[in-house]
Amino acid sequence: MLSLAVFLPLAVALVLPAVPRRAVPWVWIAVTLADLALVAGMWAAHGTRPGIAYEADVRWIPSVRAGYHVGLDGLSLPLVTLTAVLFAACAVYSVRQTHRVRAFAMLFLFLETVCLGLFAALDLLLFFVFFDLSIVGMYFVILLWGHGDRTASALKFFLYTFLGSLVLLLGFIGLYLGADPHTFDMVELTRHPPLAGSPGLAGLTLLAVGIGLGIKTPVVPFHTWLPPAHTDAPAAGSAILAGVMLKMGAYGFVRIAMPMLPDAWHRYALVFLIVGLVGVLYGALVALAQDNVKRLVAYTSVNHMGYIVLALGAAGYASGHEDARRLAVTGAVTQMVSHGLITGALFLLCGVLHDRAGSYDLGRFGGIARTAPVYAGMLALAAFAALGLPGLSGFIAEFQIFAGTIGSGTTAAAVTGAIAVLGILVTAALFLRVLHRAVLGAPGELSARVGDVRRPELAAIVPLLALSVLIGVAPRALLDTIEPLSAAVTALAGR
Amino acid sequence: MNENPADVAPELCVLIAAVLGLVNGLFLPRTRQWRVALVCAAGLVAGLVVAAVDATRPDLVVFDAFVVDPITHVTRITVLGATLLVLALAAGPVRDHPRESEHYVLILLSALGAMALGASSDLLVVVAAYLLASIPAYALAGFGKDAHGTEAALKYYLMGAFLGVVMLAGVTLLYGVGRGTAYGTLRAGLAGAPSAAVSAGVVALLAGLLFKAGTVPGQFWVPDVTEGAPPAVAAFVTTVPKIGAFAALLRFGSEALPPGAGGWPALVAVIAAATMTLGNLAAFGQDNVRRLLAYSTVSQAGYLLVPVAMAGRTDLARTALLFYVAAYAVTNLGAFAVVLAAGRDDLAAYTGLLRTSPLLGLSLVVCLLGFVGTPPTAVFVGKVLMFGAALDGRYAWLAAVAALNTVASVFYYLRWIVPLFRRPDGALRPARAASAVAVAAAVFSVALGVGAGVALTP
Repeated sequence: MLSLAVFLPLAVALVLPAVPRRAVPWVWIAVTLADLALVAGMWAAHGTRPGIAYEADVRWIPSVRAGYHVGLDGLSLPLVTLTAVLFAACAVYSVRQTHRVRAFAMLFLFLETVCLGLFAALDLLLFFVFFDLSIVGMYFVILLWGHGDRTASALKFFLYTFLGSLVLLLGFIGLYLGADPHTFDMVELTRHPPLAGSPGLAGLTLLAVGIGLGIKTPVVPFHTWLPPAHTDAPAAGSAILAGVMLKMGAYGFVRIAMPMLPDAWHRYALVFLIVGLVGVLYGALVALAQDNVKRLVAYTSVNHMGYIVLALGAAGYASGHEDARRLAVTGAVTQMVSHGLITGALFLLCGVLHDRAGSYDLGRFGGIARTAPVYAGMLALAAFAALGLPGLSGFIAEFQIFAGTIGSGTTAAAVTGAIAVLGILVTAALFLRVLHRAVLGAPGELSARVGDVRRPELAAIVPLLALSVLIGVAPRALLDTIEPLSAAVTALAGR
Repeated sequence: MNENPADVAPELCVLIAAVLGLVNGLFLPRTRQWRVALVCAAGLVAGLVVAAVDATRPDLVVFDAFVVDPITHVTRITVLGATLLVLALAAGPVRDHPRESEHYVLILLSALGAMALGASSDLLVVVAAYLLASIPAYALAGFGKDAHGTEAALKYYLMGAFLGVVMLAGVTLLYGVGRGTAYGTLRAGLAGAPSAAVSAGVVALLAGLLFKAGTVPGQFWVPDVTEGAPPAVAAFVTTVPKIGAFAALLRFGSEALPPGAGGWPALVAVIAAATMTLGNLAAFGQDNVRRLLAYSTVSQAGYLLVPVAMAGRTDLARTALLFYVAAYAVTNLGAFAVVLAAGRDDLAAYTGLLRTSPLLGLSLVVCLLGFVGTPPTAVFVGKVLMFGAALDGRYAWLAAVAALNTVASVFYYLRWIVPLFRRPDGALRPARAASAVAVAAAVFSVALGVGAGVALTP
């Protein structure tokens, strides 16, 4: 069942060359929707029970004990669903695409399999396979359908994240060699954390895993690949890159680093707190200075991912209050989902702007609310969600993160958490600035060209925002799914 | 002493096919010499079948100098399979050539040398196998009788002859201090020998084997031969003799040397790091795809030396080397097959290849991304095992250097991949046989990666 959901897009991608050109977008949409239905069905059937469901374990390379081991639990279910939602939205959004539609659809279906597979993987080597393939897939998306200085941006993206993936691989091999008996199986490794007796090696392994995942997340100072990649990627590519692929790093921290290297994690929790805090503040401040809307959204991603790292750092303090740490982890996972929805919507909205006016320059727009009221409304909603307005998903996530971080009872976590609240303030300022300059105010030179959203764009963006509102108003279903998992992770990391 | 010739049946199959091919070639008219190719291919296939059957049997030693164990099995199967692909690649270009049958026979003899190199457990047999693998290859390099080919052959020959003599000196020295040339005797004898003499002997011996493997300091011939020799020959000499050389290096390191003697891990690790770095740096600016591939094979040889350095230190070393060498052979042949199919050497000629012939272009993308180590190709699994061997052998710095080099290598492989997606500026008519080989190699490289478990079980 799970393998079907994972590999269905790839299977369709392989037969797509035989599909007549005009039917390609519709086949693409149908597959992503079918996959979404499958995933949602699996979530509904699994409910909020703890533990791993839909497990499949096939031997792959038995001599190094690596296998095709997949399964879903409270951490992967929301992210798998988020992936399916975003890919469906991108398919709908791209229905009017004319440039090499077939190849575009094939690449996106391939990427969908890769992303779903990554979140479902319960084997380090399998995780790495998908991690690496996501880089290759996204490289071609930026290279072939991007704009601006796309060759350079794509190359930078590839080299930077590929370096990260190799460092991650070294970390994984460290985990493998540290386990007795040697294994790549995540469930085994979580049950008996490797390298328990050698803190030095565990620290080095955490360093490798941390850098590898940190580049992908991205954390400051490893974020420099992100702004050019986002600016030059096509809208759908940016939405996937920010919405799904950035989560791979944060997901890896919760799935791999915390439970498998608990000792090292609490020893270096302060590092994660500080790195998270720097990401929050730096991302927000740099975003404030941007005139290019897409770069601005890219930097707010750095800010939003910073909250996640901060929360996970706070959860690493074993001395901290149990409930607060659990709250922090739940908040971090919620933030992954929330950020995926909101940033996905924001990037698609940026894409609309570029599609109409060919520019992202904030200074050349103004008074869009007059020419494109629906667009302006959606942009405002997405911006408010991103700055954490109550009633929207960002608030639920960030509230839990701050409550968990500050409430954990350790001085370091409380202080960094309190400083990080400033990040919210800056984010609020910068989004209000965007609304002031682009949506309200006097008409800019390009505003006349911005007609209102077309139906496919509406159909792609509205569900994302609706889900954000839904999580903001009725978060129970999501939180109940995550909570058993975060209790488990906190217990594991507290060993 | 076991002297049953049936235990070296795969080697005998190749030898018989070569002799039969030569005799047939003497009597066949020039237009029908292609039959020699069939004879040779039949010999290779027979050898493959026998080797596959042998692989299920327990290990044994033949003539006190030939070991039949997993290293030999993998060397045999990889060499035979790779040579079969090379024959398919060579058959088109040398069709109706005045010396067509000699071409096939020389390929077979050199392959035989590579197989013997991987199986021998006696230094004197290693020297003989080295010569058998080298001399036909010199002739092949100059097969075209053109200026470039002659230069390539001369360079190849002079370098091979020189380093071969150095290697002989090393063997003599090791014989003197170790009181024997068989690996078992050496291992016992070298333990009490003066370490300076052992080191000098090991270094001299390495000279010859590293020349075959195409690594620093014996890498100078690689770019010239790859560019100057006929493309099919280039594919052969950068693939098949290397398989034998790496197998021989691994066997020497793990079976002949007492642990830690001759500065083994440190010396080979430094050579490995130098090789991969040099290969990568030199590949950056190449606009000729054959030179680019040549330097890429040099850097790959550097990665292959990592498990060699770890020989005897970790169980992963042998698995890593054997798997990586097979993965490398498939990928390298695939890339060369694309060059043969396209028939062009300049990077610009590959612009738009994905549009003009999608399958060929896709095979090239798979092979090049395979070199990088992108999952799920075979080299990926090889690289994982290689990193694992380095970390398990406590050579973390070597793993880090290899990782950095891998990232750097992405750059020049992408220089070749990116133009494939552009709009084509001229029609390219790919040769059919070579295209088929390229597609087969690409498919096999992915299959070997996905089905790595099956391949790694024995």
